[in-house]
Amino acid sequence: MNARDSGLTFLDRPNSYIGRSVPRPNARRLVMGRGTYVDDIRLPRLAHIAFLRSPHAHAKIRGFNLDAAKAAPGVIGVFTGADLAKVCTPWVAVLSHFKGLKSAPQYALPLDRACWTGEAICAVVAETRAQAEDAIALIEADLDPLPAAVDMEAALDPSTPVIHPELGDNLAFERTLDVGDVDTAFRNAAAVVEQTFQIGRHTGVTLEPRAILADWNDGEEKFTIYHSFQAPHMMQDIVCKHLDLPEASVRVVCKDVGGSFGIKVHIYPDEMATVAIAKILKRPVKFIADRMESFVSDIHARDHRVKGKMAIAADGEILGFEIDDLTGIGPYSVYPRTSAVEANQVVNLTGGPYRHKNYRARARVVFQNKVPMCQYRAVGHPIAVMVTEGLIDLAAAAIKMDPAKVREKNVIADDAHPSVAASGIKFEKLSHQQSLKKLLSMMDYDSLRKEQAELRKKGIHRGIGIATFIEITNPSAAFYGVGGARISSQDGCTLRLNPQGGVIASIGVTEQGQGTEAVIAQVVATAVGVPLSDVRVITGDTDTTPYGGGTWACRAAGIGGEAAWQSGKALRENILEVAGVILQAAPGTLDVRDGKIVDKANGNERMPLAELGRVAYFRPDTLPADLKPEFVVTRHYVPKDYPFAFTNGIQASYLEVDTDTGFVKLLKHWCVEDCGTVLNPQLVDEQVRGGIVQGIGAALFEVCRYDENGQMLNATMADYLVPMASEMPDIDVTHVVSPTASSELGAKGAGEAGTAGAPAAVVNAINDALSPFKANVAAQPVTPQDILKAMGKV
Amino acid sequence: MNRQATNLERNITLTVNGERVTRSVAARMHLVDFLRETLGLTGSHLGCEHGVCGACTIRVDGLTVRGCLMLAVQADGATVETIEGLTDSSKAADLQEEFLNRNALQCGYCTPGMLMTAVELLDRNAKPTREEIRDAISGNYCRCTGYHAIVDAIETVAKSRSSKKGTAS
Repeated sequence: MNARDSGLTFLDRPNSYIGRSVPRPNARRLVMGRGTYVDDIRLPRLAHIAFLRSPHAHAKIRGFNLDAAKAAPGVIGVFTGADLAKVCTPWVAVLSHFKGLKSAPQYALPLDRACWTGEAICAVVAETRAQAEDAIALIEADLDPLPAAVDMEAALDPSTPVIHPELGDNLAFERTLDVGDVDTAFRNAAAVVEQTFQIGRHTGVTLEPRAILADWNDGEEKFTIYHSFQAPHMMQDIVCKHLDLPEASVRVVCKDVGGSFGIKVHIYPDEMATVAIAKILKRPVKFIADRMESFVSDIHARDHRVKGKMAIAADGEILGFEIDDLTGIGPYSVYPRTSAVEANQVVNLTGGPYRHKNYRARARVVFQNKVPMCQYRAVGHPIAVMVTEGLIDLAAAAIKMDPAKVREKNVIADDAHPSVAASGIKFEKLSHQQSLKKLLSMMDYDSLRKEQAELRKKGIHRGIGIATFIEITNPSAAFYGVGGARISSQDGCTLRLNPQGGVIASIGVTEQGQGTEAVIAQVVATAVGVPLSDVRVITGDTDTTPYGGGTWACRAAGIGGEAAWQSGKALRENILEVAGVILQAAPGTLDVRDGKIVDKANGNERMPLAELGRVAYFRPDTLPADLKPEFVVTRHYVPKDYPFAFTNGIQASYLEVDTDTGFVKLLKHWCVEDCGTVLNPQLVDEQVRGGIVQGIGAALFEVCRYDENGQMLNATMADYLVPMASEMPDIDVTHVVSPTASSELGAKGAGEAGTAGAPAAVVNAINDALSPFKANVAAQPVTPQDILKAMGKV
Repeated sequence: MNRQATNLERNITLTVNGERVTRSVAARMHLVDFLRETLGLTGSHLGCEHGVCGACTIRVDGLTVRGCLMLAVQADGATVETIEGLTDSSKAADLQEEFLNRNALQCGYCTPGMLMTAVELLDRNAKPTREEIRDAISGNYCRCTGYHAIVDAIETVAKSRSSKKGTAS
């Protein structure tokens, strides 16, 4: 049975769309090929940009001979770092709440040094992209290769070159934590298990590459920047700051965005260079990254080595965790969110679902000459979950207890909330026990274990892996704002009732395919009382939407949804006030339902909204002089009582390992997820499924491979493997619903849950399958070769 | 660099979505760039430009091809169909509707190419299994959905087309 037929209703609103799997109204243009991605936009005098990128991981830029490039056909301009530094100031990506975090100034184009292979060092603008690329090939760059710091393990070694000598060393950030009495816990344990986990460096591979079209109109003194981006107001603020412009002079428009996953929420030097050059040339300039550029200039993510240790009692009680995380972030902390966040999350989240009180952690973030690393979907979560759940499986084996039982015994009880984890993070309401129970029944755990045992006798090696997770959603200002980042944690929604009775909603959260606009339309239609088809949602435009943060960290439904709900309720009140006057009835006795004013008690129609609109807009002379219809309302929302609305869930993977070839066949994947109130079940399920597959990519396929000179070896779509349809399993998703009391809607985020838990579920399942061979893998992605190596076969 | 090669132009005449078009194109121009840049048919997308991701999948003389692996001059005399033409012809209306109902797209960037492949699959195999569907679309990357919903949508349409045929005969 599909969730779309469940017909749930919400609150006491009749004709509620909340909880229903309605299709996304804005998706129709996309199936027709009529979307507008940045590269689809055509403007008069549009010029195209291409970048010369450093072939070295670290090099002194001595200079360029640009004569031939400047003379090449179609070339409009050639620009170096010095040219752009005159119009665009550099940035340093640090935030005050990450104490000690340091980084170096980064320019739109570097002045005298390239710090990673693929860093843009010179730009050519031409009439066509092909001409710009032709001219790039004619630039003579005088580059002097410098020793590179590539291996993160060696980044702090005195023999490794310090990338930014003025910073003293390659340590960007360090955090330590010591809670409870870890040493005693480990001394008293029945078993202590240890493992070193490697989480490969991978990247987002949005199918639409990064794209920006900056149009400076000198007559208006105004930028219109079309951007494939998640946070238009943030981009506006940063362009203003670094090009010294007032807010009124910068409009950022995000139309259709072809995938983001956190890749498109950062400030990229090549995009800032495009903006700066458009300002210099006073004409529209477009930059579309090609796929090779994407691999060496989109942020990379993960790249963690975590030494983990866990203590367990004979009865299965988890006594404590200890972790030592090391992560390499490339040569710069990424602006403006910084690259300390992922390691910080690993410290916050490890062991988080469990009751233990003893926890010691150290995380070190180091510079290296590779592509800059920053936040990608489920920041830090998959690492923390892998470490936690991997250790639990090792511990379960050590005390010979079923891994599901160990989790059952240790998860924070559903009735123990609000609670605080050993790391200090606060949980309002989680449902680990209910979720685990639901998962085991959904996958028929006991039967699977029997099947596994039977097949093992026949030489077929299947494995079951379980991973409990928690997820950070609905971030308050605690995430970035308190550290000085001008990143909005609040969002506003403006509603306008039109004369025909339709409602226009404009909102600060944005759409990249998650279904933001559909969910906002559902909430607005329900709150006001109009048919869904009468609501049009506008997102992604700094000129026309209320100020907001955009969509990231699972905030669109929880924060944007609540702003829309409050705004909808206010508009309905205003409508009823006017209706009461026209109908000579107390507003409290009326309601708006399905686009009509009705008697609240019996639902009898009194007047269509279109009639109210006609009177209020075209015959206000017939209304009393003191009645002032306000059919435009705005409400804002920001979570304040908790820094984050934590959600939780649990995943399981069932797979088969071919012990001759090392190949893994994924047979089935399950997820139980608790994101509070489910606004649109189908959209939530598909967020979870898509997230799971990205997590599976990390577990089995995706890695940015580098040689010892800092050259990325697999920077093409053919060499960098992403999950394909034929390798992916069917995925069952179900929910437990624990609404947050922070908002009336009670919705929390769901977009990162899949990615958070999937790698650990898959890797645990592989190790479960390999258990008869006493083989264990702990480095992602787990390749067939890794499996054969672990089995001692190669 | 060989200037002559980059500047070489040639006239081509082809039928695109039922319309006959004649243009002078650079010899090095890819077919998908011709469709997007010269004809303004922006429904076909570029994801990798080396034939891997499938976002630029179109039909040439009835067969799906990668628009980034074919030159525009190679399409001289050919019949080309893009998502825009497919939509106007209503041939894939049921697939498009089911993609919407099942939310078998998120960002939508892969969707035109995915639909092209699905159309071809159902043309040659009216009752594909889920595995056959997964196999058929394995050359079309989707980074958002995890594929499950896409497989569901294609399977649903295959079943509904088969049952309609069954009723009719």
